[in-house]
Amino acid sequence: MKFFASIIISALLSYAFGLFLPWWSVMVVGLSIGFFIPQKRFMSFLSVFLGVALLWGLFAFFISAANDHILAKRVAVLVIKKSDPMLLVLTTSVIGGISAGAAAVTGRSLAILFKK
Amino acid sequence: MKYFIFAFSLLINAALVFVLGTREVLPIPLGEFLSVQEGIWQNAESVDHDFSENLNLKNLNGKVDVYLDDRLVPHIFAEDENDAYFVQGFLHAKFRLWQMEFQTFAAAGRLSEFVGDKAVQFDRNQRRMGMVYAAENALSAMEKDDSTKAALDAYTNGVNAYISTLNKAELPIEYKLLGYLPEKWSNLKSALFTKQMTYTLAGYDKDFEYTHALQILGEENFQLLYPEMADSLYPVIAKGTPYTKPMAEILPPSGVDSVYFKRNDTIHIAQDFKPNPANGSNNWAVAGSKTQSGKPILSNDPHLSLTLPSIWFEIQLHTKQFNSYGVSFPGLPGVVIGFNDSIAFGFTNAGRDVKDYYEIKFKDESKSSYWFNGEWKNAEQRIEKIKVKGSKDVLDTVAYTLFGPVMYDKSYNNDLTAEKAYALRWVAHDTSNILKMWLLLNRAKNYEDYHHAIGYFNVPGQNMIFASHSGDIALWQQATFPLRWKGQGLFVMPGFDSSYMWKGFIPLEENPHSVNPASGYVSSANQRPADSTYPYFIPGSYEVYRAITINKRLEAMQNITPDDMKSLQNDNYNVFAELARPLLSKYVQRDQLNANESNYLQIVENWNLQNNPGEKGVTAFHAWWDSLYNNIFMDDLQQSNHALVRPEKFVLLEALTRDSAFRFIDDRNTPQQENIAIQVTNALKKAAVHLNELAKEDKLEWAKFKNTTVYHLLKNSTLPFARTEIMNGGGNGIVNATQHDHGPSWRMVIEMTQPIHAFAVYPGGQSGNPGSKFYDNFIDTWARGEYYTLFYMHKEDTNADQVKWKMSFNPVP
Repeated sequence: MKFFASIIISALLSYAFGLFLPWWSVMVVGLSIGFFIPQKRFMSFLSVFLGVALLWGLFAFFISAANDHILAKRVAVLVIKKSDPMLLVLTTSVIGGISAGAAAVTGRSLAILFKK
Repeated sequence: MKYFIFAFSLLINAALVFVLGTREVLPIPLGEFLSVQEGIWQNAESVDHDFSENLNLKNLNGKVDVYLDDRLVPHIFAEDENDAYFVQGFLHAKFRLWQMEFQTFAAAGRLSEFVGDKAVQFDRNQRRMGMVYAAENALSAMEKDDSTKAALDAYTNGVNAYISTLNKAELPIEYKLLGYLPEKWSNLKSALFTKQMTYTLAGYDKDFEYTHALQILGEENFQLLYPEMADSLYPVIAKGTPYTKPMAEILPPSGVDSVYFKRNDTIHIAQDFKPNPANGSNNWAVAGSKTQSGKPILSNDPHLSLTLPSIWFEIQLHTKQFNSYGVSFPGLPGVVIGFNDSIAFGFTNAGRDVKDYYEIKFKDESKSSYWFNGEWKNAEQRIEKIKVKGSKDVLDTVAYTLFGPVMYDKSYNNDLTAEKAYALRWVAHDTSNILKMWLLLNRAKNYEDYHHAIGYFNVPGQNMIFASHSGDIALWQQATFPLRWKGQGLFVMPGFDSSYMWKGFIPLEENPHSVNPASGYVSSANQRPADSTYPYFIPGSYEVYRAITINKRLEAMQNITPDDMKSLQNDNYNVFAELARPLLSKYVQRDQLNANESNYLQIVENWNLQNNPGEKGVTAFHAWWDSLYNNIFMDDLQQSNHALVRPEKFVLLEALTRDSAFRFIDDRNTPQQENIAIQVTNALKKAAVHLNELAKEDKLEWAKFKNTTVYHLLKNSTLPFARTEIMNGGGNGIVNATQHDHGPSWRMVIEMTQPIHAFAVYPGGQSGNPGSKFYDNFIDTWARGEYYTLFYMHKEDTNADQVKWKMSFNPVP
């Protein structure tokens, strides 16, 4: 239950923060969720990773699909040396997920420090 | 343990921020760059994007409606002329902001600010050339004129109105890539743009190369390799046109031979940056007597570096005073090449030499005074501060003399001394309001208005073509061109003596021109404007062959339709090869060739002389001719420490046509005597080796060899934003002047009927955003030689099928 809650909360919060904060706001979200939702460290990482990776991945996918992948085809060559829009979507999703997930581990570890 | 885990995970987080959020590790900060809410995904414009908008903006006098058509061309309907320029500025910024800034940063020598130290040399060159000084002078003239100032102010306000609405997510992708932010636009930036264009079109010089060549070769051989005029010249003003006695006369200073023509020390300057000499254009206008409709047709295609975003932005400006349509420069108000209800206008480059160097002797290394007319004269110092991303500012002191900025001195080039520095005299530094010409052309109604308008233009010299609904056609080669005594400015001139300075300009009324000629057409293609009977000395960098094809075709045509003009613009006939191939055929020693070489000979001889995409003959011909050129000239050009400048391609062709014993044929590096037959045969053998390699890569066909490419402005660093492997024909010296990355940047054909029939295309798209379907959507049409029928909109057309979106601009106090 906590696991699914933190997936959904991290996705929603990241979207909301992203409206007015830079990209690293996903790390703030990860940190907070890690801190406040008690789970095993790995589960904390995984849930936040999934939440943000889903948000970024789906967001990027829908934008790109509406764009007929015009931009992604070009930028993919710059970033991953391959004109593969789906791979760029995946890269985006993983980068968002890893950043937030890593922050969640830090948040959890911090919470554990305070635990007796 | 838990402390360790915390510390470790914190470290990982810090590393992620560092790697993904800065440019220290990766060239692009991927976190920020791929972020879905602020990064590049926000630049991926939906293919169904709705451009309709309602905007409330300051600095507008009245309401402005903009109708965007299916090709994203804005049709601006404003009551007030300046409101139209405001909205033009807003739309230029909306669709082309990064390009506008980049071009003016380049002009001002400020690329290092976001590119880093690899651009420092370029920036220094721009500063030392006096680009900012030139722009400031232009701006002072533009701002002295009330109507020009009002237009510029409105335009600048429009650009800034857009910039102030921008948020991080909406930044053009290039800012996200390079990591900087746009700054406010200013009138000076528009002036800088005009100077960048001036550099592109009138910034070419050969003074140092010629000075060096004259010294190595002596006068007679110099004349042979660098003649003033081609035998096959087809001048802009038809041969035989009588010229009246010149109003201005100018004689060389006494002692010119020893001080100027026969100086005995060497000069060598490595000039790292030069504009592309292929920058040029075609234009022509045919009178009603030669057209099917009985009304004139005007055609123009400017040849420039092909870039994305394109140098051009298509636009219509409809105001109470005028209704103009055509292409504009992102960076300037008004239509630059186009038409209105009454007239059409276009340009080709004159290519005249308006840039000279003077040798300056400074008193000492401080560069604060120089020897002039028998005394030490003060030189002003301008300190150029170049900001460099990631390193310290670079300071550069440029001395300013009576001639202009001292471009080359010891601080730029180690070989120079305080006593040997070179000042630049360039028309681009003179004050003038060239923008006024365009503002007037937009509203011109007839020949008199056009003639009045072009009087404001001083540089870069252009062949300004004109046609009107009322039936007039005209062409003026217009600018202020220095009055020169014969030979003046070909070589570096002494700067110690006022007698070598420019003494004035050729009177405007004596500039070459043709108005309603009996031939029924006027045309220009960057060739020399007039033959040797023109009473002034007019050196320059001139093309020869396109003009021959165009004139012959136009002469022969009757009952001309716009379709005929389109096919002439796309004509691939190679007149150079027509003249050169018989020489190759005549002299090649067929019995000396192996099967492979004979095969290439056959390919060349069977070629139809068309530079069509699939032809192998053109590739083989050029390989052969280029290797003949090298066989004959390279030994002579490399006889001193610094290679001499390459003679124009017509020089060899005409020399060999005149004289099969041309004195440069022999290779000076071999003991035996080579004759033309040996050189032609040997050239084919060398070419065959090269052609075999091309054949292996399947690059014998012309289009595959040429590989037409429209690069993004950042060239190879953004290659995915370019369009490569465009399979079209054309080439250097061909009416369809498409080379690898250079060529017709806008093709336009306007029939001055009522209503006007207008057709045009450019190799790009209206949007500068590589994430928009409007980024490069015209390229395929352009490559096929096809055109769009322009939607010249009138007030009653607001419900026309072409109108897709509407933007409303409302004034707020």
